[in-house]
Amino acid sequence: MQTDPSHYMIELREVSHAYKTKAGPLPVLDNLSIKIPENSFCAVVGPSGCGKSTLTRLVSGLMKPNEGQVWLHNKLVTSPRPTVGMAFQNPVLLEWRTILQNILLPLEIVKSPMSRAEAVERAHHLLDLVGLTGFAEKRPSELSGGMRQRASLCRSIIHKPDVLILDEPFGALDAFTREDLWCTMHDLREEEPFTCLLITHDLRESVFLADQVVVMSGRPAHAQYVLDVDIPGKRTLDDLYAPKAVEMLATLRHQIQVAQGRTEADAPAAPPPKPARSQPVPGAMQ
Amino acid sequence: MNDTARKILAPTIFIVAILGFWEWAVWYNDLPDFRMASPSDLIPRYVQFWDLFLVKSWETLWRTVVGLGLAVVVGTLIGMVMGFSQFAREGLYPILVGFNAIPKATVVPIVALMFVGQHDFNTILIAFMISFFPVAVSVSIGLSTLEPEYRDILRSLGASNFTIFWKIALPKTLPEFFGALKVAVTLAFIGTNLMEIVSPHGRGLGDLFDSGRISADYPLMFAVLFALAALGILLFYVVVFLERIFAGWAERSPG
Repeated sequence: MQTDPSHYMIELREVSHAYKTKAGPLPVLDNLSIKIPENSFCAVVGPSGCGKSTLTRLVSGLMKPNEGQVWLHNKLVTSPRPTVGMAFQNPVLLEWRTILQNILLPLEIVKSPMSRAEAVERAHHLLDLVGLTGFAEKRPSELSGGMRQRASLCRSIIHKPDVLILDEPFGALDAFTREDLWCTMHDLREEEPFTCLLITHDLRESVFLADQVVVMSGRPAHAQYVLDVDIPGKRTLDDLYAPKAVEMLATLRHQIQVAQGRTEADAPAAPPPKPARSQPVPGAMQ
Repeated sequence: MNDTARKILAPTIFIVAILGFWEWAVWYNDLPDFRMASPSDLIPRYVQFWDLFLVKSWETLWRTVVGLGLAVVVGTLIGMVMGFSQFAREGLYPILVGFNAIPKATVVPIVALMFVGQHDFNTILIAFMISFFPVAVSVSIGLSTLEPEYRDILRSLGASNFTIFWKIALPKTLPEFFGALKVAVTLAFIGTNLMEIVSPHGRGLGDLFDSGRISADYPLMFAVLFALAALGILLFYVVVFLERIFAGWAERSPG
C-alpha cells in the first residue's frame, strides 16, 4: 500500500469497510478511491444504502476504515479533526441556544485565532450571506426548515474549515428552497473557497454544485463512474437546462441504473456518455 | 376576562366552592368534631398551635428538600450511567423497577431499626428512596435517545465525551428532568411523612398529625393535611420557577 502523502485535499485510497451484524460482516465499501483537489467540489451520488453516509463518517474521522487510507490535507485521518466542518440532513440546531450561539458552537471546541468580537462579526456576516439577516437572536423553533438549514450551514463553516462535508443537507427541503440554497452554496464558495464533499440523492443538485460527480456502485460500493462537470463561470439555474447539462444528467441517470443493477454497463444510454469529457475510473467498470 | 385575572379568579372560585360544600355537608349531617372536621374548625387549631405548625413544617420541609436533593444527585448519576452504557442499563433496570415496586411503608420499620435514633437521617433516606426513581429513569431516557447527529456535530470537531455531555446531552435532557422532578417533589413529601407517622419520633408535621390521631382531633389532623398541601405546592412551584429559568426554551408559545 502506498504511504506517500496525498497531493489532494481529500483522498480515499482503496478504502474497504464492513459493518458487524448478527448475520456476519456486511461489506459496505469495497476498494473505494476518490480524489478531491483543493478548493474543488465533489458530489457523491449512488443508489440508496450504498454507503454514502459511511463515506462521510470515514472522511470526518468519526470512523476508521477496515482497510485502506483516508487522507485529509496531507495527513492520514485517524481521528476527528477540527479543520473539518459538517452539516447533515437534520440541521441539529440546539433548541436552547439562539441562532447566533448555535453558529458560534464550533468555536467553543476548536481553538481559533479569532477573538470573540471577530467571531460574532463573522457570524453576522455569514448570516447576511445566507439571507438570515436579523435572525441572530431568534430561537431555532422560530425558524422554518429551510432557514434552520441555512443556519446549520453557517455553523459548519464558522471556524473556517478547509474541508466541508455535507450529508444530504438539502434532502428534506422543498424544491424551491433547495434551489435557493444551491445558489447560496455558490455564493459562500465565492466568498471563501473550501473543499467540499457533498453526499446527495439529487442528480441536478450534483451537476449544479459540483466540479466532479462520483457515482457509487451498489453495495459494497466502489467508485463506478466519475463525471467532470465543466460549466465555466458562475453557474445559474438556467445552466441546468442547457443541452450540455441535460446530457450530463442523462449520463448520471444511466450510471445510477447500472449501479442499481437495472441496466448493463455497456448498454447504450440515451444520449451515450462522452468519454472525452468524463473518464470512467480504471478497473471500475467490468 | 384577561389572562391574569382568569388565572387568579378560576382557582379561587373552585377552592371557595369546594370549601363551601364541605362546610355545608358537615353542618347538614350535623357531624360533631370527633366524627368529622369542617373548614371553619381548622382556623382555631392554626391559631392555637401556630408556633408548633411553624417548627414542624420547617422540620418536614428541610428533610424533604435534602432527601430530594440527594434523589436528584444520585438519580442523575444512575441515569447517566444507564443512559451512556447499554450494559449498565440492561443490568440496572430490573433492579430499579423491583426496588421501586416495594411499598416504602414496609421499608420504614427496617430503616428505623437499622439506624436506631438517627431520625433525621432515616427520614431523609426514605424521602430519597421514594423519589429518585423518576429522576433516574428520565435522565437515562433523555440521554439514550439523543440523536447521533447531535453527538457527531461536536465529535467531528474533536470534542471530548464530557464536552458533548455538558454542552448537548445535559441541556437537551433538562425538560424531561424537570418533568420527573415535579413528580419527585410530591413523592419526597410522601417519604418524609411516612417516616414521621409510621415510626414516630416527635418531629415534623407527621408528629403533629399523630398527636391529632391519638386524641381523635379531626380539626388538627385536617389542619396538618392543609399545611402539607401548602408545603407541597410551595416546593412544586419552586421547581416550576427553576424550570422556567433552565428549560424555558422548551416551552413553545401557543399558536
